[in-house]
Amino acid sequence: MIVTLSKDTINVQREQDTIFLRNRIKEWATKIGMGLVNQTKLITAASELVRNMLKYGGGGTVNIEIVTKGRENGVRLIFVDKGPGIHDINQAMKDGFTTGKSLGLGLPGAKRLVSEFDIQSVINEGTTISIIKWKNG
Amino acid sequence: MDRIPILKMGDFLLVTIQVDLYDQLAETLESDLVNMVKKYNSRGVLIDISAVSIIDSFMGRILGNISTMSKIMDAETVVVGMQPAVAITLVELGLPLKGIHCALNVERGMELLRSKIGFDNQEETDDDDSDLE
Repeated sequence: MIVTLSKDTINVQREQDTIFLRNRIKEWATKIGMGLVNQTKLITAASELVRNMLKYGGGGTVNIEIVTKGRENGVRLIFVDKGPGIHDINQAMKDGFTTGKSLGLGLPGAKRLVSEFDIQSVINEGTTISIIKWKNG
Repeated sequence: MDRIPILKMGDFLLVTIQVDLYDQLAETLESDLVNMVKKYNSRGVLIDISAVSIIDSFMGRILGNISTMSKIMDAETVVVGMQPAVAITLVELGLPLKGIHCALNVERGMELLRSKIGFDNQEETDDDDSDLE
């Protein structure tokens, strides 16, 4: 079972907010003693997801949580936007698929970088993506 | 608006990225660099990313763009100083930065640039001679 130990919410409306978000994630990851490589993976994944949120969802909020499952701690990030939603999640999770002009690596790449990845999307209501990076995961 | 400074050093342009990048900043750097290549007839671009802690797919694409755009304007691009954690993350992300020349540090990057544009043609010829001997 995963228990949340502490929690913070950050509003992301502009591109510049992503730098603040990255710094906060780094702070929290350092707090639980996560190594540099895992920190970098987590922040890179967050950077991809927050870009999607800004580009397609028109901004939203990010919850940063420190979570634990017994002996292992980790950082959970929940990205919530009230955008148009994703029509075909399976397609969106494929490498190289994009409705914009990017590389189409955002969602599948972010998934590869973290320990746990969950995506929920409702058309015309929004998208919620939750990721966890365990300290040693 | 924020800007990343570009230094002209002889035939080369030198960029040291010392701040956290966001998308707009990276896009501005891309267009600034290409314009500077034209303005100064530069033959090489050296980008130092040793202070960059995160490179995601967007920033990776910008680096690729800079490299390709410079190339078709007859300038070579070398990216130097990538942190190990960034390299690990990039490969796992699925972005191996194909087609971008990299070097471990600025010194080696300059060497690579010089050899790429055949700057030390003279020296190379000398080397060839000594090889023949």
